[in-house]
Amino acid sequence: MVPWFKRDKDKLSSQSRRNIPDGVWVLCPVCQVSLYHKELERNLDVCPKCGHHFRFPSAKYIDLLLDEGDHREYDAGLRSADPLKFKDTSAYTDRLAKNTKKSGLTDAIRCVSGELDERPVQLAVMDFAFMGGSVGSVVGEKLCRAVMRAVENRCPLIVISCSGGMRMQEGILSLMQMAKVSAALVRLSNLPQPFISIMTNPTTGGTTASYAMSGDVNISEPGALIGFAGPRVIKQTIGEDLPKGFQSAEFVQEHGFLDLIVARSELKGKVSSLLGLLQGEAVKPG
Amino acid sequence: MKDFTLEFERPLRELQARIDDLEELSRKGKIGLEKEIVKLRRKADKLKLETYTDLTRWQCVQLARHPNRPYTLDYIDLITEEFVELKGDRNFRDDKAIVCGLARWNGQAAAVIGHQKGRGTKENLKRNFGMPHPEGYRKALRIMRLAEKFGLPVITLIDTPGAYPGIGAEERGQASAIADNLSAMAKLKVPIVSVIIGEGGSGGALALGVADRVYMLQYAVYSVISPEGCASILYRDASQASHAAEAMKITAPDLIDLGIVDGLIEEPLGGAHHDPGAAARAISETVTEAINELSKMSPEDRIEKRIEKYLRLGKWIEK
Ligand SMILES: [Zn+2]
Repeated sequence: MVPWFKRDKDKLSSQSRRNIPDGVWVLCPVCQVSLYHKELERNLDVCPKCGHHFRFPSAKYIDLLLDEGDHREYDAGLRSADPLKFKDTSAYTDRLAKNTKKSGLTDAIRCVSGELDERPVQLAVMDFAFMGGSVGSVVGEKLCRAVMRAVENRCPLIVISCSGGMRMQEGILSLMQMAKVSAALVRLSNLPQPFISIMTNPTTGGTTASYAMSGDVNISEPGALIGFAGPRVIKQTIGEDLPKGFQSAEFVQEHGFLDLIVARSELKGKVSSLLGLLQGEAVKPG
Repeated sequence: MKDFTLEFERPLRELQARIDDLEELSRKGKIGLEKEIVKLRRKADKLKLETYTDLTRWQCVQLARHPNRPYTLDYIDLITEEFVELKGDRNFRDDKAIVCGLARWNGQAAAVIGHQKGRGTKENLKRNFGMPHPEGYRKALRIMRLAEKFGLPVITLIDTPGAYPGIGAEERGQASAIADNLSAMAKLKVPIVSVIIGEGGSGGALALGVADRVYMLQYAVYSVISPEGCASILYRDASQASHAAEAMKITAPDLIDLGIVDGLIEEPLGGAHHDPGAAARAISETVTEAINELSKMSPEDRIEKRIEKYLRLGKWIEK
């Protein structure tokens, strides 16, 4: 469970971790090189100098992975019901409205169907721009429906995670989404249909501790923060500084929990290979 | 066990101390106190009822964490006729924040798995305050698979502040271990009954809590994040924990309303530690009844019902 918003003092340093701002020049937070915005965009929001992966919005992932042509979006009409009538310093309903306005999204995930190298797939993409990609009832339900569509249509499921964990404003109902999506995935796991989990920066909390780590193949983008507990909580608990690179995708892979680290530019090709091989296709696509 | 009084129990404790003093004097021969003692006892009974009726959610949190509250091994001791503890995940080590074993529960052989807190500093260090590492969850999974192989029901007792947030825990895949348990429990062939006996701390609790039936002790709590954690993030002030507890709705009646929990198991007035035997009997009966009912179903039907139950959880609006 990680905050889905940024504290004021983090705002400047975290700019890079959010979507690319509209300015002409963007500073890479890793190599400190100033990058021309258009150049960065042409390079899939990856720093051409050091390979740092800037945050990539859900719409861009959909375009990146799916073939041009018919995409169908599902369940865009699902909205949070504010089941707890939750209010902290501001009301949950106000936060939802603000996040919808800011991000243009209705919740932290978009689910589409389309083709990936001419194979029908179900694709679910989380988006950090909506309440930090936090998982509440809407994300859980949309994911489950995507799983069920994959089951019904006998096609692969690809989930791209970008999430700080479960959404506190829906309390225990959020926690239960972990069990709910895991239960739905049981139905898919009974079929020879691949579930490819792709983790992006960051994937933490209950998201990692449920579906994100449950792929037939678990993939991450380079440098992504992947973990259960957030680094701040761990630091606070143990009272020590964390080792360099702790909870990076490379660290997680080194400890045996990631099959692959794939750069954004290679993502579609690699997923395509995996789908072809897992499904026993005789010919390499493309 | 050391005496321990919560803030809201103080007036009651002071009154009881006065009664104790008077009784002591009376025993030592002082006469004429009987009437006063009877009066104060009546007052104490009334105050006790008042103190523990309509508790706030934060007061429930305090009771759920009460250092004298019975823990998993206490209940195992009180309930089971026989218990053989099985240790280790056969991979890394034995995590003492989770205990597992085979037990005879009301005459029924079963696997019992629970978080285990410690009493006192030394035992708490050994038990890591009931906060498991990945190997704890993997041990639990190993025992669930053992139960599945031999057709034994699985009983889990949940009582943890959460899965441990540490370097080793991340290195050894805390997230992966929890995720594996959620999947495995969703499709385990034998009946699973869970009881939240104290603190249900987030994913670390849920990793033992995917079940056909989930019950909660009256004063137990179950939440997506600790009230302190929620307060420090949303209110930027951990001392707002009581507000966070109210906002998140974390008590047994709340979770029954939300359709997450199947039933409340009543505790003795003042909490399970006031009469552990009574609390144990209540747990034992509820669990046995649930297992008997679940055992009538075929494994396929049980799994199907379990999955359907979880698929229904959540509240949304469809436009
Ligand atoms: Zn760079």
